[in-house]
Amino acid sequence: MAISDVNPYEAPPAGANMFARITDNVSRIAETPTPPRAWYIAFGFAQLLLVMFMGSLGYVIWNGIGAWGNMMPVAWGFPIVNFVFWIGIGHAGTLISAVLFLFRQNWRTAINRFAEAMTIFAVVCAGIFPGMHIGRPWLPYYMFPIPNQMNMWPQFRSPLEWDVFAVSTYATVSILFWYMGMIPDFATFRDRATTTVRRVAYGIVAMGWRGSSRQWHVYERAYLILAALATPLVLSVHSVVSFDFATAQLPGWHTTIFPPYFVAGAIFGGFAMVVTLAVPARQFFGLKRIITIRHLELMNKVIMATGLIVGYAYGMEFFVAYYSGNKYEVFTFVNRAFGPYAWAYWTMITCNVLLPQLHWLPKFRTNPWCTLAIGLVVNVGMWFERFVIICTSLSRDFLPSSWGYFIPTPVDLMTLGGSFGLFFTLFLLFCRYLPMVAMAEVKAFSPAGHAHGDH
Amino acid sequence: MSDEHKPAVKAGPAPVHGLLAEYDTPSQILHAAKEIRKAGFTKWDTYTPFAVHGIDEAMGIKMTILPWFTLCAGLIGLATAITLQWWTNAYDYKWIISGKPFWSIPANVPIMFELTVLLSAITTLVGMLLLNNLPHPSHPLDQVRRFARVTDDKFFLMIEASDPKFDDVETRQLLESTHALAIEAVLEDRVTEEKLPTGLVYGLIIVAVASVVPFALAAKARYTKSDSPRIHLIQDMDSQPKYKAQRENSFFADNRATRPAIDGTVAVGDARDDDKFYKGKDGAAWARTFPSQIALNEATMDRGRQRFGIYCTPCHGQIGLGDGMVAKRADSLAQGTWIPPTNMTQEYLRQMAVGELFNSISNGVRNMPSYAAQIKTEDRWAIIMYVRALQRSRSGSVNDVPPDARASLK
Repeated sequence: MAISDVNPYEAPPAGANMFARITDNVSRIAETPTPPRAWYIAFGFAQLLLVMFMGSLGYVIWNGIGAWGNMMPVAWGFPIVNFVFWIGIGHAGTLISAVLFLFRQNWRTAINRFAEAMTIFAVVCAGIFPGMHIGRPWLPYYMFPIPNQMNMWPQFRSPLEWDVFAVSTYATVSILFWYMGMIPDFATFRDRATTTVRRVAYGIVAMGWRGSSRQWHVYERAYLILAALATPLVLSVHSVVSFDFATAQLPGWHTTIFPPYFVAGAIFGGFAMVVTLAVPARQFFGLKRIITIRHLELMNKVIMATGLIVGYAYGMEFFVAYYSGNKYEVFTFVNRAFGPYAWAYWTMITCNVLLPQLHWLPKFRTNPWCTLAIGLVVNVGMWFERFVIICTSLSRDFLPSSWGYFIPTPVDLMTLGGSFGLFFTLFLLFCRYLPMVAMAEVKAFSPAGHAHGDH
Repeated sequence: MSDEHKPAVKAGPAPVHGLLAEYDTPSQILHAAKEIRKAGFTKWDTYTPFAVHGIDEAMGIKMTILPWFTLCAGLIGLATAITLQWWTNAYDYKWIISGKPFWSIPANVPIMFELTVLLSAITTLVGMLLLNNLPHPSHPLDQVRRFARVTDDKFFLMIEASDPKFDDVETRQLLESTHALAIEAVLEDRVTEEKLPTGLVYGLIIVAVASVVPFALAAKARYTKSDSPRIHLIQDMDSQPKYKAQRENSFFADNRATRPAIDGTVAVGDARDDDKFYKGKDGAAWARTFPSQIALNEATMDRGRQRFGIYCTPCHGQIGLGDGMVAKRADSLAQGTWIPPTNMTQEYLRQMAVGELFNSISNGVRNMPSYAAQIKTEDRWAIIMYVRALQRSRSGSVNDVPPDARASLK
């Protein structure tokens, strides 16, 4: 079938009542034989980046991580910057699903499903970087407590080992939460299926869900428990990631502010990625009726709030360095703002602290394209935040004789750029084949979803 | 279950499984649920596109036991984390790292938390599926065409025929009184095959058998020996494109990878141009005096005795009689191939030039190997000085004893 210039999702959804229209609005995205041209263009571009990613990773595996620019004193370099960047993005999904669920923020139902998907794909991207950075990526099982011929065990007093458990637990629980949320929607896809392949495929993943109220009762309870479990988990993951830094003795890392500062930064960056994806998604997939301007505005407010926390943390780091009277701390922060990495520091400040202030004006925060632009800017800023933390602190520590300057290689840049290819490939496939919006939840919170007592 | 009964049941008309009523809105289904509950039915359920608020109370659904599953799993996860970290780091493989205690609760908290959450979450999902009897591939309701909209926009209520209060006519009337849009009898499922398709069964058998193969191979490898090198999937720089000293290399005329030193090459510090000191030679003959580098004093004697004790006594014995532990052991074995170590106090050795003794230690003699590699040059001379003293001690007369000490010998 030829790809049409006309967006098939522009037409109003079919259905006699609100529930049916919600079903149709969401289901037709995965049911149309040919998605809009924009999807093909985006997917093709994502494939190119993915090939670049695989190529650069293959090059690094074959030649060793010397292909990257990380070299003493900046041994962490891009791989860890990228890891912290992606894992940070992977926070918004579960935050929206779990924390906002517990706070009864019903507006979350429009965006939680694809925010969760985004979370999982971001964690996939994040996991690759430390996996490669260990140097011999075929030996990652050394990090797990598996009995082995060397009679050795992992070292559980190390934050790097905590990271292994925190990130893998987070990935597992996010996938469980995501999958459980999709079961009723898979059942909808199964019941609407017009081909045997779709009926069988969605039938298997729907597990025979038929919407029994006795099942809904257990399901709702399970969802609540998972939300309650995932909430501290979200807060713990980036706290544990921050321990990688905070438990080190390095000036600029050795601070107690790191766990809350990292979590706020993760939510900030994660929401920025959600709006970056939500704006094109609602545009191209005809979801403007479900993801409304109100949703964008609420997300922009979260971005502003967490952005201000992040800005406060930037300022407080300087104050504590001054107040501590520790000359190494003072030097590190002066060096951050005015040293060789000043360009990165001021990029970060501009993107994370200054530009998001535009959202004080309702005109900006209710405009989808301004939302998208600020979202992109914050993504850039949050990547630079991790770059600044890692590279400025490592490149100039106590001994001037061992100072250095980190310069990424082309392979570094290709790996970073390529990781977006993996992320967008997975996300675009998700848009095409899985329920993009939690239909059952949206129906439950729609005006028609409330029972009005006995009539 | 006997096979004769099955075809008989299948042949007859399908019995009624239950009565299904359709509704349009959450309010209607809530109202209907309350009515059905009031009428005292027990085997019935409502089916909705989403979790309708208040339906639990309307139907009288009891609180699920799922949270207890989660609690138990969480506690198991916590206990696992504590045991795991204690066993691995504080008991089985103690490893000092940064001066941290082996068993330190604060450092173990993150893993305790993660494993608690992990096990709780997995159990919550699995428990939800088990309590809901999922996966549930086929159901009598699947035959009802209108029921497909239960996951879209319609609300249903079904009373099962197996309910003690069920009655074809009265129950239908009751459902009609709840303003049902439609009422339909649901028949027992006679369409779905009870057996799995033959292809699928064979496929599953093949997969099951094939899945055992890797374990069988691993088990075999565990209990058998093999001469072939292990499979070297990842090279880890074990094979490097370079020549080692004793390898062949056809690039050079002599086919050796090692390049021999050019004639006359002397390594730094290896210029041994003093024949007396390094070879024990005085011109063409063996030196009869000690070289000038060796100070003939008590310190050299002590050094010689100490080195003799380390290197010579195992064979030659404590006083050089050739009765060391090695010699005794060899004699007791009586294998006939043993060449006994020399008794150093023999007359011909007493007369031998010190240079020749030095040569014997440096280059070996008969069965004795060279000790040049183990004993430094000056130490070899010190040993000879001590050997000379031993020889003297075995051949002395009473005249060698100072006169005032002779009385004590008596």
